[in-house]
Amino acid sequence: MEITAIYYLIPSLIMFCCGVYGFITRRNMIAMLVSLELMLNAVDVNFVVFNRFLFPEQMEGMFFTLFAIAIAAAETAVAIAIIINIFRSTRNVDVRGLNEMKF
Amino acid sequence: MDSTLPLLILTIPLFMFLFLGLLGGKMSHKLAGTLGTLGMGTVLVLAYTTAFTYFFSGSSEFVNAAGERLQAVIFNQTWLAFTDKLVIKLGFLLDPISAMMLVVITTISFMVHLYSLGYMRDHHGVYERGFQRFYAFLSLFSFSMLGLVVATNIFQMYIFWELVGASSYLLIGFYYTKPSAVSASKKAFIVTRFADLGFLIGILILSYYTGTFDFTALTSIPVDGMADVYQVSEQTALNVKGIFDSAAASTFMGASVMTWALVLIFMGGMGKSAMMPLHIWLPDAMEGPTPVSALIHAATMVVAGVYLVARLFPLYLMEESALEIVTVVGAITAFYAAMVACTQIDIKRVLAFSTISQIAFMMVSLGVARPDFHEGLGYMASMFHLFTHAMFKALLFLGAGALIHAIGSNDYTAMHGLRKHMPITHWTFLIGCLAIAGIIPFSGFFSKDEILSSCLGYSWVAYLWMSMVAGLTAFYMFRLYYLIFWWKEHKTPEGHHAPHDQPWTMSLPLIILAAISCVAGFIPFGKFVTWKGESYDFMAHFDWSVASVSLAVAIIAIALATVMYRKENSLPEKFKNALPNLWRWCHHRFYWDELYQFITHKIIFNCVSRPIAWFDRHIIDGTMDSFATMTNKASEFIRPLQSGQIQYYVWIYLIGALLLGGVTLICLL
Amino acid sequence: MESLGSIICYVVVALAMIVFSVLAVTTRKILRAATYLLFTLFAAAAVYFMLDYEFLGAVQIAVYAGGIVVLFVFAILLTSKPGDNSEKLTSKSKVLGLIGSIAMLVVSGYALITRCNLFEARPDMEAPTMDRIGETLMGTGAGQYLLPFEAVSVLLLACIIGGVVIARKR
Repeated sequence: MEITAIYYLIPSLIMFCCGVYGFITRRNMIAMLVSLELMLNAVDVNFVVFNRFLFPEQMEGMFFTLFAIAIAAAETAVAIAIIINIFRSTRNVDVRGLNEMKF
Repeated sequence: MDSTLPLLILTIPLFMFLFLGLLGGKMSHKLAGTLGTLGMGTVLVLAYTTAFTYFFSGSSEFVNAAGERLQAVIFNQTWLAFTDKLVIKLGFLLDPISAMMLVVITTISFMVHLYSLGYMRDHHGVYERGFQRFYAFLSLFSFSMLGLVVATNIFQMYIFWELVGASSYLLIGFYYTKPSAVSASKKAFIVTRFADLGFLIGILILSYYTGTFDFTALTSIPVDGMADVYQVSEQTALNVKGIFDSAAASTFMGASVMTWALVLIFMGGMGKSAMMPLHIWLPDAMEGPTPVSALIHAATMVVAGVYLVARLFPLYLMEESALEIVTVVGAITAFYAAMVACTQIDIKRVLAFSTISQIAFMMVSLGVARPDFHEGLGYMASMFHLFTHAMFKALLFLGAGALIHAIGSNDYTAMHGLRKHMPITHWTFLIGCLAIAGIIPFSGFFSKDEILSSCLGYSWVAYLWMSMVAGLTAFYMFRLYYLIFWWKEHKTPEGHHAPHDQPWTMSLPLIILAAISCVAGFIPFGKFVTWKGESYDFMAHFDWSVASVSLAVAIIAIALATVMYRKENSLPEKFKNALPNLWRWCHHRFYWDELYQFITHKIIFNCVSRPIAWFDRHIIDGTMDSFATMTNKASEFIRPLQSGQIQYYVWIYLIGALLLGGVTLICLL
Repeated sequence: MESLGSIICYVVVALAMIVFSVLAVTTRKILRAATYLLFTLFAAAAVYFMLDYEFLGAVQIAVYAGGIVVLFVFAILLTSKPGDNSEKLTSKSKVLGLIGSIAMLVVSGYALITRCNLFEARPDMEAPTMDRIGETLMGTGAGQYLLPFEAVSVLLLACIIGGVVIARKR
């Protein structure tokens, strides 16, 4: 049995869809952030897989993933800072309560 | 003639209006009134100077070698130039009738300004609310009226015509807290506006066919050899005559375009001069302060219609059918108003109907004027009557104002027997009554006699008819006089002090006007005002048979009034019961107001206005409203999308992405 | 033909990835969700290793597992009491979410299977050495990434400052 690209892509797709499911159903903002990380990670995996299987002599996919990891780290740090700040003012991390800035 | 004086005549009242209107509230009542009166006094002096210069200087500008008076355009500035041909000018035209009107307007206006100083305050000397505003409006009116009479072209006249209407509206509605005054002012404005619609259409037709607004050019048209009189070149006269020949050829509904234009212009005059059937506003206009009634609704503005016809008289001469309409309308109105005046209780209403009747006299006189009878005697008579009537009717109104001021009511039932309490008012009022009744030697006798003479020259039917109206005039005026000053002893109501004569500011105008009414008849009017500008000595043609007949009629009517009303008796009551229907119809002014009410409310409102209003509200507004409603609904529909719920956004995004992906797949496979 | 060992390895990694990501979004305890996320990240790192990107796998473990998940745990401990379950999901939103994500899965999976030529064997590749990675990251030539590297460093600085400013007690 040959392990081709699709064998990696399908799990990563499932991971992505889990992220989607979590993002649209969970109310806890940290849980949503976890789902977000799942999605990001699935995309990272895709980059790497495409790089490895289609353009093995180049390294763009790998470097993109590298930068994506760095940016994900930064994003998470800021998001958590925001969540903590919100928690401080509302004692709550439920995303449904945060509609003060609508319209 | 230098244009400084005429320019000042127009600008001083305008300045006073702006000055008092803008700053009047800042100054004391007395200062505002005094300033207004002084301003008007200055205009009076200037206008007298101008008129005397015109009549007596003998300058070649004003009178030619043959002794005919000319139309002199003092200045004529372009105001609006739409195209090369359509140019509207503002200017100052001096000719016999405008010079005479300058004198009349400034005299009456000054008297009214002076009189109002006393009238517009109560017995304790407290000025009425809006006193300064009153003087501002009076100045505005004087400005508009002066601008109207000196107009060099028909469009300028129209502009000032509307200004006069507007200031009349403002002054009738002066007591704007009184609902009746408000509705009267609206009524006056709407009725005269309706008439002015006809005027405007007439102006447009006339100027379309003649190509000019200019009075000097217009009035030189119809009669051959007039070009030299009115200082237009022969070529212009010929050109315009050519246009008129083609205009006269085209007809509409059986009358020539010329006739239509002139009748429509006369309609404007009917509105302002309260001819039937557009007279209904004038009696109600008496809701305004009495000095205003004297100035606007007796002496000056209401004769604007007569002035208009006189101004265009040569044109009317060319279309005799239009003149016949003027005659018939005038004759019917004169009789109608005289009948109604016999039954009114409100003394100002009596005077209002009397005014309508007397203006109708002037109209009839213009209508019967023909060059072949005593060289257009009717024209001269009409202007003469305008002059004398302005004086004695202003006198009567100011006298009535004094009575109302003293009694606090408009009805003669609250007066009776005042001759001992108010001697000055009594004697001046008597002089006014004698003048209007046409008793020699008071002014009304002469002018009315001229009118009757010219009627006789036209047809004996007109003569008899107008003599009858003259008799009615004498009757109702003396009925009024006796009911106010005789009938029975005056009973002062409890808690009131006895009525007494007024302060000098009110008495002085009465005395001056009474004096003028006594002597104005002896002015050789024919020397000054005739339709072609030639001098005409009417005393040389004085018809003693006509004079004696009219005098006899007047004396009989006065005697009848004396018998019926001098002492309290049951004769009037018997008379009323003998002819109940006639009395009722006269008392209700032949139900004209009710007729208008019926036509406007029942027919026009229901059949025209309601559907239009419905259309406007439901279709036009509905369309616009539905645009707004749809936009609102759409935004209300879209707004919840911006809920602030991130997961909701993600949902939308997800659905969009899925749809896009699905579409892409389907299309690519 | 792959060796049996690598197939077994793949199966374990793929199963771990799928199961832990499903668990991460279905568990009601938020701390457990973070833990399952950690395992998923490990699985992803394993994928990188299997595909010969050792450096990337190491970065994944160090930054993600070591940094981000620890950050998550701190945040969770700060914002919830121990034993604090997250709310029960209503069945309606569960079903809706399920439908949405399965639709996503179907559309994307269908596109993957039908559109992509992804069934070829893995080509041979020289595993990138640290020298090469270092040169590529620090070089300024074509296909080299000094500028993004510097940009990311500025971004990280900005994010440090931002995190401090936002989360600071006032």
